[in-house]
Amino acid sequence: MSKITYLSGKEPHAREHRLIFKNIDRQGWDPTIETYMSDGGYDQLKKAIKMQPKEITDEVKKSGLRGRGGAGFPTGVKWGFIPPNNTKPVYLICNCDESEPGTFKDRYIVHQDPHQLIEGMIISAFAVGAHTAYIYMREEFPEAALIVEKAIEEARAKGFIGKNILGTDFDLEIWVHRGAAAYICGEETGLIESLEGKRPYPRIKPPYFPAALGLYMAPTIVNNVESLCHVKHIMEMGSEAYAKLGVDRNTGTRILCVSGDVKNPGYYEVEVGKITMGELLNEVCGGPKEGRSFKAVIPGGSSSKILRCDERFTIGRGDDAKEIGFYDIQMDFDTLAACGSMAGSGGVIVLDDSRKISWVLNNINHFYAHESCGQCTPCREGSTWMKKISDRIVGGTANPEDINTLEEVAYQIDGKTICAFGEASSWPVEAIIAKFRDELTAETSEKNKHLSKEQLQREMFLEQTNSAKTL
Amino acid sequence: MPDTAQPETKLPKDLAAEQGLVNVQIDDHWIQVPRGTRIIEACKLAEQEVPHYCYHPKLSSPGNCRMCLVQMGMPPRLAPGQEPSFNDQGYQEIGWMPRPVIACANTVAENMGIRTKGELVETCREGVMEFLLINHPLDCPICDQAGECSLQEYSVEHGKGKSRFFEDKIKKPKNVDIGPRINLDDERCIMCSRCIRFMEEVADEPVLGFIDRGTHTKLTCHPGRKVESNYGMNIIDLCPVGALTSKDFRFQMRVWFLKETKSIDTNCGTGCNTVLWSRGNEIFRVTPRQNDDVNSTWMPDSHRLAFKEIHSDKRLTQVLEKTEGVHLETEWSNAQSVIKKALAAFQPDEIAIIGSARLTNEELYLLNSLAKNLESSQISLVPRFKKSDEKLISEDRNPNTTGAQLILNTEKPFEHLEEIHKQVRSGKIKALIVWGEDLTEEAGFTEENLNQLDFLVAANTHANPTAKVANIVIPTASFAEKRGSMVNVTGRLQRLNQAIIPSGKAMDDWEALRDLNATLTEEKVSSYMIEDILKQISNEVEAFKGITYSKISDTGMVIHETGVKIPLIEKEKERIENREIVG
Repeated sequence: MSKITYLSGKEPHAREHRLIFKNIDRQGWDPTIETYMSDGGYDQLKKAIKMQPKEITDEVKKSGLRGRGGAGFPTGVKWGFIPPNNTKPVYLICNCDESEPGTFKDRYIVHQDPHQLIEGMIISAFAVGAHTAYIYMREEFPEAALIVEKAIEEARAKGFIGKNILGTDFDLEIWVHRGAAAYICGEETGLIESLEGKRPYPRIKPPYFPAALGLYMAPTIVNNVESLCHVKHIMEMGSEAYAKLGVDRNTGTRILCVSGDVKNPGYYEVEVGKITMGELLNEVCGGPKEGRSFKAVIPGGSSSKILRCDERFTIGRGDDAKEIGFYDIQMDFDTLAACGSMAGSGGVIVLDDSRKISWVLNNINHFYAHESCGQCTPCREGSTWMKKISDRIVGGTANPEDINTLEEVAYQIDGKTICAFGEASSWPVEAIIAKFRDELTAETSEKNKHLSKEQLQREMFLEQTNSAKTL
Repeated sequence: MPDTAQPETKLPKDLAAEQGLVNVQIDDHWIQVPRGTRIIEACKLAEQEVPHYCYHPKLSSPGNCRMCLVQMGMPPRLAPGQEPSFNDQGYQEIGWMPRPVIACANTVAENMGIRTKGELVETCREGVMEFLLINHPLDCPICDQAGECSLQEYSVEHGKGKSRFFEDKIKKPKNVDIGPRINLDDERCIMCSRCIRFMEEVADEPVLGFIDRGTHTKLTCHPGRKVESNYGMNIIDLCPVGALTSKDFRFQMRVWFLKETKSIDTNCGTGCNTVLWSRGNEIFRVTPRQNDDVNSTWMPDSHRLAFKEIHSDKRLTQVLEKTEGVHLETEWSNAQSVIKKALAAFQPDEIAIIGSARLTNEELYLLNSLAKNLESSQISLVPRFKKSDEKLISEDRNPNTTGAQLILNTEKPFEHLEEIHKQVRSGKIKALIVWGEDLTEEAGFTEENLNQLDFLVAANTHANPTAKVANIVIPTASFAEKRGSMVNVTGRLQRLNQAIIPSGKAMDDWEALRDLNATLTEEKVSSYMIEDILKQISNEVEAFKGITYSKISDTGMVIHETGVKIPLIEKEKERIENREIVG
């Protein structure tokens, strides 16, 4: 295949830089190994397998690749956490439990370009010394599971998977494991528990850091689909060239999944930090819908803190400190973190002025109340309590005091749980209340009192006596 | 200028490291604790209580209740090439972390700081307490756990004292039958998972688990399974709230009315340490008591419920004398003279004594004296060996075989039983004193054998076929009604304490034996306290040398090496070694 053309209406925007999504919606593309190999597929594997595993890890470290699953932890550093004197088997797990609301990037990779993932996984498994790798596929991707399993069989037939890969003494098996539709399985230790056949209760860290005590208490590397695909491109471009993409400490490209109130929602693969929020929303996504204006944006999946479009942020420290507006935010890990939110999984959810913030809040609360695994007390009880309060705000039966209770409940969860779900469920609430308190309070009424039975009887009695007096 | 080398002063960290310890600051006080100690245990050493639900030293730590959150601090991380600075006391400054950490699963490190008090910790606890209570039914007035409920205790200490939860509570299954001895109330459950972990890690019957998600999470049995393990009732003790209750003890008594008596289990040679819970003259329940060398913190259900026999209708409550084939109530003094008179008619080799290895050391000593006084060499105990359950139930179902070996000074206290049986059948033995045994059971006697005897004295707690044919029946005290000591299979001397007074006119065994000895020898009774007997034993038996009751601690003392191991304790030691549990 020579010239890349895309299906009509699916052409990439001029601001995009496609690496991972090069083949998504490509004219004449299908997920077979023949198509993939005719486009230079598995060449990087052939190259990598001749290298020392340590060299590959160093390349990934030098590339500055940060995990694309949400936390943005440097991938190469994570690989380096495997204990040097380890004698147990090492496992590689591909986290394809893409369940953060607002994120829809991995699904395109596993549906349309599974071999890219498999190649990335084989290289990564070789680098970390894993002979067994798992793809944890969320239940909601039934077709992708079939596609990936077929792709694995194709790769096995070509000798890329199995015993003595490409004539070397490196063996690797890749298995697809399907989840049972739980958000918490995207948390790496929850995923590991699930893979072991247990309830996906996240493990405490310390001592259960996956790189040391992961699957079956053996060192385990859990990477996101997109991160593993990037490994292939790092091998292709070389770490130096790859590190030139993006901005300092935020290298490479990443896929932003824009959903909500913009003219052209969709996925956009851009260089990390090379695009601002304003450019993304107004230029790439075509601006707000007709007659509407932007109100707020959730920049990195539903668990990240909401940003108001009229907000101003101070970023940088000391002499470098500068004030920027919302539309000037660079879409990279560090800038979004400095603005009090996070780049997360790249799910940009845009809200315009037609959206009632209480509904947004309630929607998010419903999701997290439903998905809390129920292991830690604060998250188990708190997430449902928050949902019940926001239900009342939406239903018009809330008291202004309820907003304060809601906020306090959120802070009672934040930072007090085993896994990051506590933050995932409380941050949206904290941010929405902090930034839209007036709007929420406007939906409440002093008339909605919450009284005990005794207090209620007393109120009624007073009301009766008062009305008797006026008569 | 001469080089005046300062005498090298060692820093606290070096001093501690020499002994494998680390310095930890707990609530502004520095203490030294062994490396690898969990924070919660270090706080215990510093006498600072950290509230907790899910943590149990004998089980793995999932860290899920979040009640034990404390504030932690470490010395600031040094820049490359930077030297650490130490204050006057030799410690580095502690940088406190803004996020709380769980005390149950994290371990201490050198120069670590822990705060179990302060605003951060208190807000955390208050928050967790509020969360635990919002969906709790608050049915303390009808809950069996009330009075010994961690939820109640911590509510008082760490709770808000008021509710701001105006929503409907979650409804969950109540009064669920999860096994023959246990009831579950899911609404009271706080999902600490102790019971699940116990069934998996200790009972080796993983039948419990959670279903559903989030606030709807429920404890339940695996499909088609029930908690049928003989160790199942331990989860009732483990449950920090009233979710798991005992079908036997349910709604019987408020726990604050119960008197606690420390004692031991007498159903097998392990001698599990127990607490007897009584009110008035009734035992209401028996629970295990921690003894890391005997029973950890567990005990088998079959032994736990064995106390029911104490209040059985079959208890013997009167001294009985058989006249013309009918047992009639008589006075103890009369019974003694009847025995004396009857035994005088026999030669010493026509009399035998069969005692029980269920008797205490003191009773066995007096029974042995009785044999000596009768000049009878024919004394034997009844063996009771069955299969061990490879946990706590020893293959020796007698609780005091080791004690009997020491007191009777023989390796085989059961060896004469066959001979006695044979001589009873041949008519050589004409009189038999049976203490604490029903010979028609393990000893293998038939009623016919017993009828051959000219004279039979039977002392027992319960009516049985041996007592039925006995000429004199002496009612004796059950394990909960007397004091004494026993030696378990590992050679540990443990104390039996009296929780209630003997039923009816039943007698404390040692007093009955003392009286009988005095009558037979025509001496005055000189021992008025069981301590006197132990004193005599300590003078005569080497292993008991210098032992008095006050020297036997609540967890007993090793007086003899038998080399026998308790399987469950060995497994526990292994888990401690592997750092799976604290122990």
